[in-house]
Amino acid sequence: MLTFTIRRLLTAIPTLLLISLVIFLLVDFAPGSPMSDIPLTVPPEIRRKMIEAMGADQPVMVRYVLWLKQFFIVEPQYMFDAMFGTNFADGAQRIISWQSKVPVFQIIGQRLPQTLTVVGTAYAIGVLIALPIGIYSAYRQYSWFDQAGTFFAMAGFSVPTFFTGNLLILIFSVKLGWFPTIFDTNLQVTDWASFYKMVMQMALPVTVLALFNAAEISRYTRSSMLENLGQDYVRTARAKGLTERVVVLKHVLRNSLIPVVTVIALGLPTVFGGAIVTEQIFKINGIGAALIGAIHVSDLPTVQTITFIFAVLIVGFNLIADILYGMLDPRIRYD
Amino acid sequence: MTDTIKIQKPHSQWHDVWAQFRQHKGAMAALVLLLTLVVFVVIGPLVWRIDPNFIEPNTVKMFKMRNLPPSLAHPMGTDQLGRDMLARMMFGGRISLAVGLVAMLVAVCIGTTIGVLAGFFSRIDGLLMRLTDLFLALPLLPLLLVMVMLFSESVATVLGPRLGTFLLIVLAIGVTSWMQAARVVRGEVLALKEREFVLAARSIGAPNRRIILRHILPNVLSPVLVAATLGIAAAIITESVLSFLGLGFPPDFPTWGRLLYDGIDAIRTYPERVVWPGLAISLTVLSVNYIGDGLRDALDPRVRGR
Repeated sequence: MLTFTIRRLLTAIPTLLLISLVIFLLVDFAPGSPMSDIPLTVPPEIRRKMIEAMGADQPVMVRYVLWLKQFFIVEPQYMFDAMFGTNFADGAQRIISWQSKVPVFQIIGQRLPQTLTVVGTAYAIGVLIALPIGIYSAYRQYSWFDQAGTFFAMAGFSVPTFFTGNLLILIFSVKLGWFPTIFDTNLQVTDWASFYKMVMQMALPVTVLALFNAAEISRYTRSSMLENLGQDYVRTARAKGLTERVVVLKHVLRNSLIPVVTVIALGLPTVFGGAIVTEQIFKINGIGAALIGAIHVSDLPTVQTITFIFAVLIVGFNLIADILYGMLDPRIRYD
Repeated sequence: MTDTIKIQKPHSQWHDVWAQFRQHKGAMAALVLLLTLVVFVVIGPLVWRIDPNFIEPNTVKMFKMRNLPPSLAHPMGTDQLGRDMLARMMFGGRISLAVGLVAMLVAVCIGTTIGVLAGFFSRIDGLLMRLTDLFLALPLLPLLLVMVMLFSESVATVLGPRLGTFLLIVLAIGVTSWMQAARVVRGEVLALKEREFVLAARSIGAPNRRIILRHILPNVLSPVLVAATLGIAAAIITESVLSFLGLGFPPDFPTWGRLLYDGIDAIRTYPERVVWPGLAISLTVLSVNYIGDGLRDALDPRVRGR
């Protein structure tokens, strides 16, 4: 298991390098560069200096390696310094946003908490809804509950989140006035009143994302449960007189959850992608909104860095899913 | 006197598939719904002959035409520039469906090619599958946004804003969604190439090209068909997400996603402008997904005939 984990970690490195190269080149070779946005009235000399100041006059490979060094060496140093008060970074050049002239990681640090609270809560609630639905649907296969669950799941991943989100805003904010339409990111939870406000403003975005996630996970739980319910050990468990409750919730559920756990891990990065849309609907000032804002003004360093962070998340959670699967399922041995 | 033995008329595989498909109630309902939607967007504009981009040139009249509630002249009302919403819904549906179909074709072509090559030629299998894994690990939505944002202007100057945006979005979606098809096809081909009929073809001296085209490809048709159906739904959703984020089609060449995006500013006063396009997208995708589900069951010989 340990050798597998190490091997898997090592293969993740070239994958990440290749992905970073793809992202970097795609963003860099695109014609809509910030240089074309400099007004023509700016004299050529100043124009050259502006480009130089942004470091955009270097050859692309030089900039790529520099960016890699900043991403993997300089930024972690700064993070370490900030945590322990050391001075490893020693004033080294960080990845600077062209738009706001602030280090990109500082922007990400400010935006990430908003995204994490909404996405994390939504995912947790989604899983909590999905598991009981999946379990009961499988236990009563083809019952009306199962049929309804199937339809709910189909609708869940067919109806786009930007439509459900706006529909919820329309019904619950505009017509009924129960929830605020816009997410207030400056809200600090200090007492019960502000906590209540936080819950109210999180309710709609969390519902949208949770429904979307629950749809997929409930299907996986159902099919995994169905597979296990037909196994011989279930008959044995029933034959030795265990109650139905123990058979289903202990014996079958534990075994069925193995693939579901990996699906949950694999699904997490896509949820961040889905959060881009949800943040746009509810005007949440999260990392997705930062990405969209950066794309609109061709702020290349920010776009490259945030996109690459998404890639790191995907590769990382793939890794976690693989390792979890090997750890949870004793039948699977990688070495 | 001889007893006449009743022999059932031989029927083709597709007959069986259709018979099985009809068993799936959800898929049949979805098929009817989808056909209705297709008739609405394809035949509709031939009956309802108002130009979706017609803006009254007379300013006074134009102002009177704006934001009209539903009436006989405009069953879905008019938008903030006095354009007929019903005509725009039909026109937008055409483009949405076209994007879904063409993007799916691109994705399925790439996916099938890579899948067949990887499955058939074991020498390039590893390389192609690493490529597939790499694409699966890419953050697709951010990359799509970046691609559309950065390339749309230059493509539009070469090919014109309409064709340019269409081709860019269709290609971008196609290039980023072929991986599932490639994996499924590769798995099928790996099993197929060990079968006797392939050996027989090889022993009579058929070249690889002929074996692939004549013997392998027709046999991977079923999984490709299912992947293609589900691909249409995914492509329509992706396009509408791009439009929703303001990086899709221009407003004079709207899709359902773009219509929804345009309607959001006025959601408080004219909610129907968000609801109609959203409903159209949701129903289309839902029915396509149900049809894909039904097809998967119908094309699976283990399920069929039971």
